[in-house]
Amino acid sequence: MSGKPVLHYANTRGRMESVRWLLAAAGVEFEEKFLEKKEDLQKLKSDGSLLFQQVPMVEIDGMKMVQTRAILNYIAGKYNLYGKDLKERALIDMYVEGLADLYELIMMNVVQPADKKEEHLANALDKAANRYFPVFEKVLKDHGHDFLVGNKLSRADVHLLETILVVEEFKPDALAKFPLLQSFKARMSNMPNIKKFLQPGSPKKPPLQEKEIPNLLAIFS
Amino acid sequence: MAAKPVLYYFNGRGKMESIRWLLAAAGVEVFRTGQVPMVEIDGMKLVQTRAILNYIAGKYNLYGKDLKERALIDMYVGGTDDLMGFLLSFPFLSAEDKVKQCAFVVEKATSRYFPAYEKVLKDHGQDFLVGNRLSWADIHLLEAILMLEEKKSDALSGFPLLQAFKKRISSIPTIKKFLAPGSKRKPISDDKYVETVRRVLRMYYDVKPH
Repeated sequence: MSGKPVLHYANTRGRMESVRWLLAAAGVEFEEKFLEKKEDLQKLKSDGSLLFQQVPMVEIDGMKMVQTRAILNYIAGKYNLYGKDLKERALIDMYVEGLADLYELIMMNVVQPADKKEEHLANALDKAANRYFPVFEKVLKDHGHDFLVGNKLSRADVHLLETILVVEEFKPDALAKFPLLQSFKARMSNMPNIKKFLQPGSPKKPPLQEKEIPNLLAIFS
Repeated sequence: MAAKPVLYYFNGRGKMESIRWLLAAAGVEVFRTGQVPMVEIDGMKLVQTRAILNYIAGKYNLYGKDLKERALIDMYVGGTDDLMGFLLSFPFLSAEDKVKQCAFVVEKATSRYFPAYEKVLKDHGQDFLVGNRLSWADIHLLEAILMLEEKKSDALSGFPLLQAFKKRISSIPTIKKFLAPGSKRKPISDDKYVETVRRVLRMYYDVKPH
């Protein structure tokens, strides 16, 4: 056994992408075992590897962890990306949960019926511009620090960068009205571990294409 | 500033109920007023249900003794959260969809979630899910069990360890008090709750089952 975490999921972003981001930001190398057909998932289930018969599953430190939040919480705690005390953790949790809501909304666009896609996207981008980004711009403005919480890199910063980039895939000028978020993005993207993750050949996955959906449904349904 | 945590929500279960459970189990008294899950606690205005629950669990020593115990608790809570999540929209469904959703949730509970927790208890033979002591995972599981039993009174048949677990956790003094009439525990959402939520949030008019 290599000692590296092993990620079990399909070869797509889905619910595993935040885990990839966080491990990468923490400088932790990991392996991936991709589910390619229904039988691959079935095998994990019958092995008893999946507590609730679901992936994501991450083998880490002798555990077979499931539940994305649990996995992210563990990684963040282990690699000191979760604040220094309960109160910093509370702030981080608030920011991360808000970002997860936005991220999920954006990601759902690809599975909307054709006649609803445009409206759905407009709604998601509106929320990004008027509900979420202003909050984080204000946080940065109010304390004037480089990072969201405790003047130090945390998972909240990593999730914020991830979310900004996903929104920009749909609207490249999404940060036009948010100067502090723009400099946050530039700063974060330049950090060595994250810079490496943003380069071609890294474990970072591309956006989901519609043509991939039938195969994914075949694995997961 | 109030010394007791202040809960802002509708006068119903929704996403605030797990928070009431956890505070009650920790023996913390609360006030309540208005809007979306928001809790004023220790000088902070906390939003986001998960952030609130994590904080309360951490503060009142219901979150395990180390990272690995926290990992287990987070996994177990994730499962019960998913299960109870299937019921969040229930009050807003049509009568016909309610029947379908009920069957769906009971099936998931009895084929996926309850077996997992029964096995956890069986494998270590202890009274609590994690670390041989009461944690948030136990409280959340009890909440989920009782919610399921409201839909199917014999939901735990076939799960003897969960039945014993339910009895045991229900008789912990703070929880026993929460389960007694007159506590902050909310009843099943009724039409008045549905109407209020729809009116205030201006949504949930056309909710489809899972």
